[in-house]
Amino acid sequence: MNKNRRSFLKVAGLSVFALTSGVLSTPAQAMVSPGSYEHAPKGLKAKRWAMVIDTRLFRTASDYQAIIDACHAAHNVPDIRVKSDGHEKQEIKWIWTDSYEHTFPDDMNEHLSHRVLERPFPLLCNHCTNPPCVRVCPTSATYKLPNGVVTMDYHRCIGCRFCMAGCPYGARSFNFVDPRPYLSDPVKNPEYPTRMKGVVEKCTFCVERLAKGLMPACVEASEGRIVFGDLDDPESPVRKALAENYSIRRKPNLGTQPGVYYIV
Amino acid sequence: MVEKLLEGSKRYYMWLLFLVGVIAVCGIVYLTQLFEGLGVTGMSRDVSWGLYISQFTYLVGVAASAVMLVLPAYFHHYKKFKIMIIFGEFMAIAAVIMCCLFIVVDLGQPQRMMNVMLHPTPNSVMFYDMIVLIGYLTINAIVGWVTLEAERHETTPPKWVLYLAYLSIIWAFSIHTVTAFLYAGVPGRHYWLTAIMAARFLASAFCSGPAILLLLVLLVRRLTGFNPGKEAIHTLATIITYAMCLNVFFYILECFTAFYSGIPGHADPLVFLFSGFHGVTSWVTPCMWLAVLCVIGCLAILIPPQTRSGKYMPYALGMLVLASWIDKGLGLLIGGFTPNMFESVTLFVPTIREICVTIGVYAVGALVLSLLWKIALSVKFDVGHSDGDKM
Amino acid sequence: MLYNSKAVIAGIVVFLVICTAPFWANFGGDYKKPEVLMPANKSEQCVESAAFMRAEHMQLLNEWRDQALRDDNRQYVSSNGTKWDISLQNTCLKCHNNYEEFCDKCHLTNNVDPYCWTCHILPKGSK
Repeated sequence: MNKNRRSFLKVAGLSVFALTSGVLSTPAQAMVSPGSYEHAPKGLKAKRWAMVIDTRLFRTASDYQAIIDACHAAHNVPDIRVKSDGHEKQEIKWIWTDSYEHTFPDDMNEHLSHRVLERPFPLLCNHCTNPPCVRVCPTSATYKLPNGVVTMDYHRCIGCRFCMAGCPYGARSFNFVDPRPYLSDPVKNPEYPTRMKGVVEKCTFCVERLAKGLMPACVEASEGRIVFGDLDDPESPVRKALAENYSIRRKPNLGTQPGVYYIV
Repeated sequence: MVEKLLEGSKRYYMWLLFLVGVIAVCGIVYLTQLFEGLGVTGMSRDVSWGLYISQFTYLVGVAASAVMLVLPAYFHHYKKFKIMIIFGEFMAIAAVIMCCLFIVVDLGQPQRMMNVMLHPTPNSVMFYDMIVLIGYLTINAIVGWVTLEAERHETTPPKWVLYLAYLSIIWAFSIHTVTAFLYAGVPGRHYWLTAIMAARFLASAFCSGPAILLLLVLLVRRLTGFNPGKEAIHTLATIITYAMCLNVFFYILECFTAFYSGIPGHADPLVFLFSGFHGVTSWVTPCMWLAVLCVIGCLAILIPPQTRSGKYMPYALGMLVLASWIDKGLGLLIGGFTPNMFESVTLFVPTIREICVTIGVYAVGALVLSLLWKIALSVKFDVGHSDGDKM
Repeated sequence: MLYNSKAVIAGIVVFLVICTAPFWANFGGDYKKPEVLMPANKSEQCVESAAFMRAEHMQLLNEWRDQALRDDNRQYVSSNGTKWDISLQNTCLKCHNNYEEFCDKCHLTNNVDPYCWTCHILPKGSK
């Protein structure tokens, strides 16, 4: 009697498990909408978007500040440092500047010309052809679009920060705290969302602007110092800039194939 | 067998109560982290993983180390370990549970963690880590429980458990290998980008895990009189000694490549850990040197066979655990993130709240371990399998 | 033979009562369909029929998000042929610009708390 009850419970438990796991593993829900989807009509198109930064043309501090402000305003990027509340090291930045030594540590040479050694370099996500952040993301919250842009779905990010460990360029920021208190009210760009605490964010090559037929915010604000275009099109401005000047990329030996080039 | 939990001494209940109290207090601290975000920790943009992930890494090793009992017992029919296997398996369960909790407390959006299963991404090592950890937990729970039940009824366990135990041996190697791949496959983090990472992880796991097990078993011997047997202790201490020697050897290999090649990327993290980098020294440096002293101390006791399982063994094991914990639970993560991606230094100092949450997770592990070991010990005493020297 | 049958059965009854309490508490209660404030410009129809939107707007938003972000399909052609930019913030909320009287009305009545607004900016005048 006792034995029967035990075996019944075992079979019952296993059946419940099998049934419920069957329910859980049903394929992802099909489309619900009766309509259809298409690309934005005015959107700019490219096989592989890339950026060339002519660092020779940046002269004053305001040349750099203009592109940083344009980007951070367009995407409501909070300035965590502004409050001096102990979270300074947990700051968010999509585009920023650093020295040659920190930007190109493998190409360092202390006798480089002062012009180069003392010039700040704009840093941002490199939109790699082989992005390690995409490789390591466990939820595909970070992914590469067919046009070469490496972008993110903040809704899906679980905040594991594997991508930050994976990115060799320090291009990613994590929202250690709620970013809203560090933003102006109303936010600078009410057309663009903010992020929430617990997700990672980074430069997206302004995919949302490209879809509207606009150039990335930093390119627009740079007044020609940054060139943006299709790397696969020999007639594009980036290819022309690369053909006519000597250019370098950050940490090329890692095989990530950055999409951001620097003319020094 | 669950009823065994309800019969115990006053001391046993006080201990459980103490653990529940610690868990409650630390749980509240975790709630503040949940509401305020990971900003309450000492992690930063440059050091984006800290105490939580390093404890996860260390405990995957502890979980995997059960194999050091299972392998000799099942593959080599080494009978003297049979009495202790269940403790290793149950410790593995507690360790895997702690691993899972450390991952959860490290997530920025823990309520979305099921996304890993909803959107499976096989190119991420994290995906495989999830699979192997859940699998290892399940295997150990089934094998441990079924063999213990068979022991209670004084019968032989069913045949299929044997195959599952064989599987658990391969699985144990895989969990720690996959965990090493989390690190060793990342370009640009010099300290991690080394093919020997998985081997180093296994070596350090197979000395530190059994050392923790042996220390706990010695504690249990004092508290309950359960005796794993002289020979079993000596054999396990020998295994620990070999694994520790390998662990140290592998670390020296890293040092050789770093300093003889002279490639700055390889050398910089080691230089930072042991002497500071570009004039910046952190609290980790004294810890690393303490680890070196502990390594020398524990090997001096463990290598000579006369002293290996003698009265100084607990001290040696304690030093070994401390050294391996500093290496893997602190140095690995901090060295991986310093120097940072810009070859400069951002220091990491854990906050009080971060340490509280860490203690809370360890308390959960201690609670699970206490309950599981209580069951195992009760069964052993009931059937008279409580003295390894008389079996 | 069931040991301690009285205690066990009593325990099961208490458990069932506690688990199902929310159902009983709301059973037969007078649920009033919330009166949401429809957009002022009645001339324009929503992307799909009101019945569809009422039932499926959450799934549609999820689908919009995945289409726009992952396939770069940022335009939706609705079943009646009209074209819409895919954007919660810049398309949906342009018409449905009264958060309290539209979104919240229904969400609060039905006790759901979507966290869209931790990131997406609400239209002016409602926060």
